[in-house]
Amino acid sequence: MRLEPRPQPPLGVLLLYPLAAVAVTLALVSLLVLAAGASPLSVLGLVLKGAAGSQFALMETLTRATPLIFTGLAVAVAFRARLWNIGAEAQLYIGAVVTVVLGTGALPLPSIVLIPVIMIAAMAAGALLLLGPTLLKTRFGVDEVVTTLLLNFIALLFVSMLLEGPLKDPTGLGWPQSSRVVADAQLPRIVTGRRLHYGFVVALAAALCVWVVMKKTVLGYEMRAVGHNAEAARFAGMPVNSVLAKTALLSGGLAALAGFSEVSGLKGNLTLDLSPGFGYSGIVVAMLAMLNPIGVVVSAIFVAGIFVGADAMSRAAKVPSYIADVMVATALLTMVTALLFARFRVRWR
Amino acid sequence: MSEALDILFTASFWVAAIRIASPLIFATMGELICERAGVLNLGIEGIMTVGAFAGWFTVYSGGDLWTGVAVAALAGGAFGLLHATLTVPLGLSQHVVGIGITLLATSLTYFTYRLALPQVTTPPKIEPFQPLPIPGLSKIPVLGEALFSQTPLTYLAFATVAAVAWVLYRTPLGLAVRAAGENPAAVEAQGISVTGIRMGAVMAGSALMAVGGAFLTMSAFNSFFFQMINGRGWICIALVVFGSWRPGKALLGAILFAAFDAYQVRLQQISGGVVPYQLFLMMPYILSIAALVLVARRATYPRALMIPYQKGER
Amino acid sequence: MPSPVLILENITKRFGPLTANDSISFELGRGEVVALLGENGAGKTTLMNILFGHYVADEGTVEAFGRPLPPGQPRAALEAGIGMVHQHFTLADNMTVLENIALGTQGLLRPKLDRKAALARIRELSDSFGLSVDPAATVATLSVGERQRVEILKALYRDARVLILDEPTAVLTPAETEALFRTLKLLVAEGLSIIFISHKLAEVMAVSDRVLVLRQGRLAGARATAGATRAELAALMVGQEVVSPPVPPAVAGPALLVLEDVTTARRGNATPLDGVTLSLHSGEITGLAGVSGNGQAALAGLLSGMEAPLSGCFEVQGRAFAKWSPATALKAGIARIPEDRHAVGTIGDMSVAENVIAERYRSPRFSRAGFLDWRAARRFAEALIRDYDVKCPSPDARIRLLSGGNMQKLILGRALDPDPVIILANQPTRGLDVGAVAYVHGRLLEARARGAAILLISEDLEEILALSDRVVVVSKGRLSLPSARGERSLRDLGELMAGHREAAHAP
Repeated sequence: MRLEPRPQPPLGVLLLYPLAAVAVTLALVSLLVLAAGASPLSVLGLVLKGAAGSQFALMETLTRATPLIFTGLAVAVAFRARLWNIGAEAQLYIGAVVTVVLGTGALPLPSIVLIPVIMIAAMAAGALLLLGPTLLKTRFGVDEVVTTLLLNFIALLFVSMLLEGPLKDPTGLGWPQSSRVVADAQLPRIVTGRRLHYGFVVALAAALCVWVVMKKTVLGYEMRAVGHNAEAARFAGMPVNSVLAKTALLSGGLAALAGFSEVSGLKGNLTLDLSPGFGYSGIVVAMLAMLNPIGVVVSAIFVAGIFVGADAMSRAAKVPSYIADVMVATALLTMVTALLFARFRVRWR
Repeated sequence: MSEALDILFTASFWVAAIRIASPLIFATMGELICERAGVLNLGIEGIMTVGAFAGWFTVYSGGDLWTGVAVAALAGGAFGLLHATLTVPLGLSQHVVGIGITLLATSLTYFTYRLALPQVTTPPKIEPFQPLPIPGLSKIPVLGEALFSQTPLTYLAFATVAAVAWVLYRTPLGLAVRAAGENPAAVEAQGISVTGIRMGAVMAGSALMAVGGAFLTMSAFNSFFFQMINGRGWICIALVVFGSWRPGKALLGAILFAAFDAYQVRLQQISGGVVPYQLFLMMPYILSIAALVLVARRATYPRALMIPYQKGER
Repeated sequence: MPSPVLILENITKRFGPLTANDSISFELGRGEVVALLGENGAGKTTLMNILFGHYVADEGTVEAFGRPLPPGQPRAALEAGIGMVHQHFTLADNMTVLENIALGTQGLLRPKLDRKAALARIRELSDSFGLSVDPAATVATLSVGERQRVEILKALYRDARVLILDEPTAVLTPAETEALFRTLKLLVAEGLSIIFISHKLAEVMAVSDRVLVLRQGRLAGARATAGATRAELAALMVGQEVVSPPVPPAVAGPALLVLEDVTTARRGNATPLDGVTLSLHSGEITGLAGVSGNGQAALAGLLSGMEAPLSGCFEVQGRAFAKWSPATALKAGIARIPEDRHAVGTIGDMSVAENVIAERYRSPRFSRAGFLDWRAARRFAEALIRDYDVKCPSPDARIRLLSGGNMQKLILGRALDPDPVIILANQPTRGLDVGAVAYVHGRLLEARARGAAILLISEDLEEILALSDRVVVVSKGRLSLPSARGERSLRDLGELMAGHREAAHAP
């Protein structure tokens, strides 16, 4: 078997294969649904209804998509430069920690100043957290996959330590949770009575900014060049290590915004279950979007819809909500396979 | 302070260290085989989860312990097959596929667990492997007690290291595996299928990872709970690098690491809560990163690691 | 003719729009040495890869020793007694010679590798065919000549009756080449048949019984070596009269780049520079001849900024640089044409426009305040496509889709556009067709006329002699003294390449 590149993949192929990936994913997940003793069609219906069947459902989906847009952008930016940041989870938590440290009354500033200050500080913390593994990579040749993965565990233990120590909520009845951020540090809700907050708007703006950076700026050009062929980029005179460092700062900062927006816009405080794996799901979001920043918004909403819809479904049908995680992981694998077949033709001789 | 040092000379400390090392040994050998053939297997964390559940669930459903180990290995091999199909003949990114396999294996395990045991709130227990002291040898103070009063699965872990070392360095098959990780074109030019060797290595390696996971539920503990692998897979990847891709060195690394882990638990106890316990728990992860930094410069990694191979390429 | 051991019939192989082999047929007799002669890209290697089972032909059949050979299975070819020594060796560097040879020769499921038996057989083979090499040595420590011997031993170990050698002399010194030819004679005496792939006429005449000439994928002709002339074969190979570009006399100016006693660090298996002294003068082409792997890569790395000198004096236009990098090299006015256009010269998955600005995207012409001016980039790409006669659908096409010649023209255009004062041309014509070669040569001569100082690195001695005003020879990381055009004979150059230094080397 050989794979031959298609010089110009036909448009039909480019559209058909991703659709086929979705179909295969649905088919495989249907098998699990059958195993759980439910009807795939009715379960699918429940998922769709739970994700987009009402204004409330839709808003829940967008709320859930918000952190995924940030982590998805973080991963897309890093992977574009072939910096394997698997540590968005850690960067998210660090962003959340900074938000809590600065947002619980330490800075007596009006909202219009306080929120940007917190955002910048959170981004700086996330950026620095990814800069470490990146410097270890460029200076010592340490693989960043393992270091960023391990940092996820370290960060979570660090948060746990803070929540049982300096950041512990004195009124929290012993639960490991922080105090709530002050009103001036909170992102307002978009519609009163719904959970969707302005973090979503910030996420959209971030996606737009990342798109501009990638498409229009020198840095974006350098990042793409380094990602496609670092050796050729170095030969052409690009400062490869410094491009990777800048990529790390941007990526880490974006992931930290997810933590900021979850605390400041949604939860109000920091707990150990702030993120149900948003950092890891960000990888799926970015890959489904083929690392395109605008695509990240779409795929984040799609992935969020699956999670929100599956939660609603599992309350109604007797299918565990983990079906959503299975579906998202399956979608990742089928999609990268489909995209391969769109770009390459298989020849059996 | 002497209290902290005394720990090192107690048999119970070394018994614990060897027990903690056992799952790491299995999984590290598994990852080592994959990487020696040229494939980075980031599915390790998820495959260990699958193994932990599959082994435990087999016993919980009435199978005997060794059947449980075999089922775990088979389940791991199946995920290895999926990983290998995507990364070897199709040549997809080993990073992305590996993470995808971890997400899939983990979520599929949790789904199955919830499906099989919808009502339980506390994880049900099984009768795990019991220690099997080896007559005579286990009476040697400290060292003998530590090494020879373990469960059969620990003995299997050590046997695995010997087997992996033998196969890699003494057999024609091992020669082909190592060559596939060094220069796949050399393997193909000698009439051996690179695809076959690599896929076989990933499946065998994944089976070992799953047995490593099963050790946790069937020997170290006696039940399955969520997030129980807790980064052990990623640590094993660091151990492979630390061991310079050699079974013996990797074994040494795993034991050193486990000893450190056992030590920090004991230090925690005598520190009396002055130092936050999370700092102790962080140590294994920090140690792994430190070990990587230490050896990365000198590491002679398999030349073709992470590089997909297409037939006829040079 | 002796009875055929190998029959190829109507072999055709296409890669997309390109027909690499077009209905090629030939026979190989027992004890015969057939040379497969042709330019780079004529389809020689593709044909042999089909024979050996790396590729599957779209049409045609192969018969070995009277039995059809199943397509696409190197294992079947090996079992039929066909052995191949690839141009790029297929050896695992971190493993021993014995391991490399024994790989795949014993059943994969045997519980133990029989090292003793393997060792005995390797000893026996190397003794009888003059292929001395230490079986316990790690391949990484071997010289290129020794590695080639390992490759031949690999084939003989498996009882090869037909040996295919793909450009075996490209990496050898003249003395090593002689030794190889002696080995080949011994093999033929034992009844082996040999296919010898080369683009060097002299060697083909020296070693073969029969010559098959390939041109653009077709069999252009077959001749018995004894009755053929060099001119006749050259004409068959190229298909048209080769016109060497007229080289006007040089007007040498001041030295623009000076190396004095420069040493570089060792990187992997590459030979570093060892006390090298060289100056490149305005209006002159300096040719660097040598067997590949003798320090060319280090010198090219130094000039292109990829590598910094470890010690010694290195000045460009009278300036020394504290921090030497590709960016400083560009700033100092050095244009670079890299050896490997796919891996280093271009970024395959980016567009033509994105590639042509890669060395200058920071200049005000292409970017302002951190934002790129894509219109300027496209205009530049369009200008290069026009001026350098590049066949390319649009500036937005991925550069990977271009042919080697068109890619090289773009690299040339990118490098020459700022009117550089110093040009490093590293294997600028490797793998190009005749027309593209002439084009590249013409452009280099134009730059020379403008007053640029040019360093031409090439493994093709004829190219060096045709273009260079001065020739230096590199061997084991050291340079010979330069010689003016026509001053040294081919024989003298060969001696220098082999590392037999002249007395004049001393300061």
